[in-house]
Amino acid sequence: MKRILGYLKYYKKEVIIGPIFKFTEAVFELIVPLVMAKIIDVGIKNGDTIYIYKMGGVMILLGVVGLICALICQYLASKASQGVGTRLRNDLFKHINSLSYSEIDKIGTASLVNRITNDINQVQVAVAMLIRLVVRAPFLVLGATIMAMILDLKMSLIFWACGILIAFTLYFIMKKSVPLYKVIQQKLDRVGIITKENLEGVRVIRAFSKQNYEKERFVNASEDHSSIAVRVGKLSALLSPLTTAITNIGLVAIVGFGGIQVNLGNLEQGQVIAFVDYMMQILLALVVVANLVILFTKATASIRRINEVFDMQPSIKEFNTKEIVAESTDAPKVEFKNVYFSYGDSDEYALEDVSFKIMKNETIGIIGATGSGKSTIVNLIPRFYECKKGDILVNAINVKEYPFSQLRKQIGVVAQKQALFSGTILENLKIANENADINLIEKSVKIAQMKEFVDGLPDKYETMISQSGKNLSGGQKQRLTIARALVKDPEILILDDSSSALDFKTDRNLRNALKENTSDMTVITVSQRVNSIRYCDKIIVLDDGRIAGIGSHDELVKNCDVYIDICLSQNISIDEKEVG
Amino acid sequence: MQKRNLARLLSYTKKYKIYLIIALFSSVISVISSLLVPVFVGKAVDNIVDELKVDFKNVIMYMVIILIITAINSLFTWLSTSCTNTVSFKTVKDIRIDVFNKINKLPLKYIDKNSYGDMMARVVTDIEQISDGLIQGFTQFFTGIITIFATLGFMLYVNYKVALVVVLLTPLSLFVASFIGKRTYKYFAKQSKTRGEMGAYIEEMISNQKIVKSFSYEDRAQEEFEKINDRLYDCGIKAQFYSALTNPCTRFANSVVYVVVAVLGSIMAVMGSISVGQLSMFLSYAKQYTKPFNEITGVVTELQNAFASAGRVFDILDEEELKDLDLPDMKEAQGNIKVENVHFSYSKEKELIKDLNIDVKQGQKIAIVGETGCGKTTLINLLMKFYQVDAGEILIDGTNINLVNGDSVRNNFGMVLQDTWLFNGTIRENIAYGKDDATDEEIVEAAKMAYAHSFIKRLDKGYDTVISQTGENISAGQKQLLCIARIMLKKPPMLILDEATSSIDTNTEIKIQKAFDKVMEGRTAFIVAHRLSTIKGADLILVMDKGNIVEKGKHQELLDKKGFYYNIYNSQFETVNN
Repeated sequence: MKRILGYLKYYKKEVIIGPIFKFTEAVFELIVPLVMAKIIDVGIKNGDTIYIYKMGGVMILLGVVGLICALICQYLASKASQGVGTRLRNDLFKHINSLSYSEIDKIGTASLVNRITNDINQVQVAVAMLIRLVVRAPFLVLGATIMAMILDLKMSLIFWACGILIAFTLYFIMKKSVPLYKVIQQKLDRVGIITKENLEGVRVIRAFSKQNYEKERFVNASEDHSSIAVRVGKLSALLSPLTTAITNIGLVAIVGFGGIQVNLGNLEQGQVIAFVDYMMQILLALVVVANLVILFTKATASIRRINEVFDMQPSIKEFNTKEIVAESTDAPKVEFKNVYFSYGDSDEYALEDVSFKIMKNETIGIIGATGSGKSTIVNLIPRFYECKKGDILVNAINVKEYPFSQLRKQIGVVAQKQALFSGTILENLKIANENADINLIEKSVKIAQMKEFVDGLPDKYETMISQSGKNLSGGQKQRLTIARALVKDPEILILDDSSSALDFKTDRNLRNALKENTSDMTVITVSQRVNSIRYCDKIIVLDDGRIAGIGSHDELVKNCDVYIDICLSQNISIDEKEVG
Repeated sequence: MQKRNLARLLSYTKKYKIYLIIALFSSVISVISSLLVPVFVGKAVDNIVDELKVDFKNVIMYMVIILIITAINSLFTWLSTSCTNTVSFKTVKDIRIDVFNKINKLPLKYIDKNSYGDMMARVVTDIEQISDGLIQGFTQFFTGIITIFATLGFMLYVNYKVALVVVLLTPLSLFVASFIGKRTYKYFAKQSKTRGEMGAYIEEMISNQKIVKSFSYEDRAQEEFEKINDRLYDCGIKAQFYSALTNPCTRFANSVVYVVVAVLGSIMAVMGSISVGQLSMFLSYAKQYTKPFNEITGVVTELQNAFASAGRVFDILDEEELKDLDLPDMKEAQGNIKVENVHFSYSKEKELIKDLNIDVKQGQKIAIVGETGCGKTTLINLLMKFYQVDAGEILIDGTNINLVNGDSVRNNFGMVLQDTWLFNGTIRENIAYGKDDATDEEIVEAAKMAYAHSFIKRLDKGYDTVISQTGENISAGQKQLLCIARIMLKKPPMLILDEATSSIDTNTEIKIQKAFDKVMEGRTAFIVAHRLSTIKGADLILVMDKGNIVEKGKHQELLDKKGFYYNIYNSQFETVNN
């Protein structure tokens, strides 16, 4: 709650002035009956038609002024509520970007999208209503109660009793429904998740003809959602009839006690009528309050969901935001010192006691079976994950001491999963480096073996890529992501199994081009294929999270059993003669 | 546009007619009973005249009547609100399911072309807007209209002349409302569209968080996001302000009505044709009468928003569906495939596949070889009827696949794609995806055959491990093993393996290869191949380039040709031998 109130501070002016105008409008509205009374008492009584017309004009004038006040208030309300929403969205998006992978995985993309759009929407509506209505209704209720107290203190007890009962009802219904609204949003997330899965997996679903199964899943999720929504609907539908009933009972009490008091001579008929009028006024105001309560209940649930994201702290923190200067130049480019790592809270280490040094300009290959920890190693260097024990150094400085941007600026990662953004080819390449000139871009594209492809396109670099590169083949995507990493001109280039979708010829050309053009780069290649890494200066062989051997191909074929096995399985003769 | 959307929304409520009838009936009683309360309170007060002049018998009688009316009123108000709530939620649910079903019936062309985030926004956010609009719409609309008629009745009863003036002035506020409404709709439509765009952007950035981070793209992503957000702010503020205009403006129109009645009535009172008491009663009814117009116009703006969203939702529903849904099923295939003179292109400007011909016999293994982007994926899209050929025919066991429905065609294929896809469920459920009635033994058996069993067993919860939404909790290779297990369980007559083994280490791969050999026995299989062993063992190699098959034949035959294949093959040797 506090956090949202903080956002209102930016719109102090609107939040204060808006209700004042609304209030003024209400006052003008209340003057109208007085003018009418004048028409009756003066105009009609004296048969003065000119007076009647004149007063009619006054009423129209009051209406115009009221209209202007209302418009100003509406404008301020729109400005403040949309402004709060916009700021919230900006900050939430920023916060999400600061989170690490494990946190995002916990909430899920579909739900996060929902929270930024849907939930903030609810908050927006609540803020608008706050400005537009919140002053008026309590003002009327409170005003009526005070007037009743002035009229007769004892009789005003009825008002207090009603007030307490109504407050209790509101509290009860809110308490019951806030958690349910949260559940509704969760169910809505589920609807989003299934939709997302169905879009992404559309080929598999159709290949298995599972449309009906998916339909069932979706129907269940949306039935779940609607059945809870109906339940909450029934609950919140109680609000208005209950408050009305309470005020009506109050009316009956006024009539009853009023009757007794009048009979005793303590009260007059006119006063009873006044009490009834005030009670009626409260009733009308309460209808608005009931609607407001429902709105705020919904908003509260949404605020909680938003706060949940805000409260999430990134598990990988930036300890230092100032750039640091590396001193020694002959230190290893990358060094692992007794590194241990496990995913999440798992006790089983994905990496165990891993130590190695990579010198500047070296080419390194990492090889090992599926799940042996290859990708984990390369994900630790740019601090996508945090190691559990041990130290990882880049340029002899612990990765934890770098600001994120400085660390990651040095490292170009081409991941297994090739992801591109919707936009032109040029825009995608420039993600790596906003200021890259065309020479660098063309050079990178050439190295990545994409020149021919791009030149062959009618729009060349301006060709649009649809979301996640759906209009490109797997190999084209991979090469484009390699080009993108090269545009960054990184000191360390990591190729994480990133030529798997390439055919042999393209793969070979790519590797040759890399070799020729990246002499000042430290290149780390993760691969399953011995042929992709055999000419690396150094090869790190992994076996179940541990290092099984480090050395050149020639050394490893002599002394590393794991490596020999891999070679044999790929028909690569260990005495340097091609068998396959 | 709006009217069509409204009619269409209403047609969805037909199923819940009974709720609507109850809601309507209840709101009639609720409105009338609430109008009656003041009448009886007034009557009771009339019996409380002065000291010792209170008729307690009557007062108590009226008190009881008020309590009874209150009870009735509360019950029916509740009934009316909860019925309309129920109708809205159920209606919205139906629309949502319809849209979802529609997505599954759309050609892949549509799905590949549109952003997932935007489509998700339509299924989730836009439909929520409809639900909000419907709830507000129904409740207030009902009570509003009933109040109008009830008060109109009272007024006609008191003085029909003044009542007629009121009725004649009614269009004024309606005109104001519709004038503003038309403008609001435009901004609401823009708002929904921008919101969809934003959803798409968030989805894209969050799913690719690693890339965002590795390129330190956060700040620029933020900038881009804020740009969209600013646009949303701009149209949001306009939509909200214009819609908020309606209420004060109609209220002003109503004041004008009130003033006209007041002045006219007063003049009539001066002339003596109406009493002061009647005039004051009239004025209070005139107020009651115009009030619902306010509420209804308020609803109209809410509905504008709903209509704008409904438009986006109906756009999906109006997309052209796959045309083959009603075609007969294809029988279980033997696996003879004939591709005859096939032409195909994704976009009109560039023809991709020209006059393609392939003839495959049952049980053959076909290796597809070629440089990236040569059209391998496209060939799969066509064989499995994800896309339809522009010209020519694809025959399976002599049946033109264009004459049967796509599902039955695909049912005969098992495929492992480049991009593995698993859903947010347990490993068991994911493996059993292709076979609903699979027993646990069968699932484990399939996992064993795909060499997935050993890693699954090592997971904390084994086969009940839930694959997280982003699928980060298992490695890419393991995912592929699961996809293979899925196929092992289904045992379809034809297989398509699209670079499936690319991120599985060779040790495992060889084992899988053996398992595949077993599964492939007697089955037709297309393998998008990179590996020599696969190519060598193939009955037929299709060498593809730029969408066409440039060479076909067996390994040795092709080598002897010294053509395209020869070059590709040697490029592999060069790296090994240099």
